Amino acid sequence: MRIIEASAVHAAVRQMILAANRVLGDDVYAALKSSMESETSASGREVLRQLLENADLAASGGLALCQDTGAAVFFVEMGEDVRLGGGSLQHVLNSAMAQAYEEGCLRKSMCHPLTRCNTGDNRPAIVHTELVEGDRLTIRYMAKGGGSENMSRCTMLTPAQGWQGIKEFVVRRMAEAGPNPCPPTIVGVGIGGTFDLAPARAKRALFRRLDDVHPDAEVAAMETELLDALNALGIGPMGLGGRTTCLAVKIALHPCHIASLPVAVNVQCHSARHREVIL
Amino acid sequence: MATWHLTTPLRSEDVLQLRAGDVVLLSGDIYTARDAAHKRIMEQLDSGGTPPFPTEGAVVYYVGPAPAPPGRPIGSAGPTTSGRMDSYTPRMLALGVRATIGKGKRSDTVRNAMCEHGAVYLGATGGAGALLSQCVLAAEVVAYEELGPEAVRRLTVRDFPLLVINDACGGELYVTPKLDL
Repeated sequence: MRIIEASAVHAAVRQMILAANRVLGDDVYAALKSSMESETSASGREVLRQLLENADLAASGGLALCQDTGAAVFFVEMGEDVRLGGGSLQHVLNSAMAQAYEEGCLRKSMCHPLTRCNTGDNRPAIVHTELVEGDRLTIRYMAKGGGSENMSRCTMLTPAQGWQGIKEFVVRRMAEAGPNPCPPTIVGVGIGGTFDLAPARAKRALFRRLDDVHPDAEVAAMETELLDALNALGIGPMGLGGRTTCLAVKIALHPCHIASLPVAVNVQCHSARHREVIL
Repeated sequence: MATWHLTTPLRSEDVLQLRAGDVVLLSGDIYTARDAAHKRIMEQLDSGGTPPFPTEGAVVYYVGPAPAPPGRPIGSAGPTTSGRMDSYTPRMLALGVRATIGKGKRSDTVRNAMCEHGAVYLGATGGAGALLSQCVLAAEVVAYEELGPEAVRRLTVRDFPLLVINDACGGELYVTPKLDL
């Protein structure tokens, strides 16, 4: 049994949160830059120019990329042959997160769902854990902003609706979302599983690099088909028109019940702040 | 598309000349208010009180800024989704608020109220909070400090870059998606 000290997890998580909120991923930066070259709308190009300038400024000035530094969402894979020394996982994630949000001048956005009273330190983190084989601990963090999260949806289609039904649901949802989720977006699609699993898979898919290609050629083709359909909507950067409505679509499949076809769309704005650490 | 340099408080003639698609570089004092602050303002009005800032010619910015790093007046400060404030906006416009700043679509009711009261909806680039914070010269909480990021703040801005999304004549800049299923 390998022991990882909670203090090491704390330090790694704190650092990961600060970096994620200030430095845009190189894949997203590159996608915005190449979109600027192909964007036909003048206002769309101006938005993309501002977003690149914003990313440069945040990285050099230690500023948050966006004021909505999000709900802190973690996806943790814990090896069965590893355990934490000196603290529980939930506790260490929450305390490292609260410390990073305070130190980094990151906005605390979590509140009571009904009284709307702010919890004051961005607690609690949203934590998904999975036990896996081995002795490693993988922690993925995402700063999930509310504007794009609010545009996300889950539906239960009938098996007969199939791929056409899925495509129609995703495209219609993003057309309705329009300028609200800060396009250009990244769209995570979870297909299959159960009512609760599909959205989790959609969100987890958002950790993939924009420039990766799904290992299953059929899924890769579906991602391209959806991306083309979304960009054909003409919504453009910030809804001002143009070709760059969506930077990437990431699909995750999971087997489901013979009666069911759950589909979830988790919308991510262009400020796609996530990191991972493997201990 | 024209570019206008405007200073707050806005006058009727400032607002009525604006058309969807115009660029506005805004200077002066603007007030921040988002979900919880709007709810509190409405409660104050319902009980016969007044809003916590002068509303005639005012500009309301839908933002919940990040805390100010040392040596800076404000942290990252980009717009939040305006649609969540739609149920409050007609009442704010009736009080003399001449412009709201945010991102995303407004309801038909709000668009009609803007025509009725001679007001505009201005868009700032969502997710460009670090960049937009550079235009903020000073920030001060003026009400509801306990709401944290949702408190009402007076921001002094210079050349804050905005686009007219909805003008006071019914014009709209947002495109309608080409849905071809």
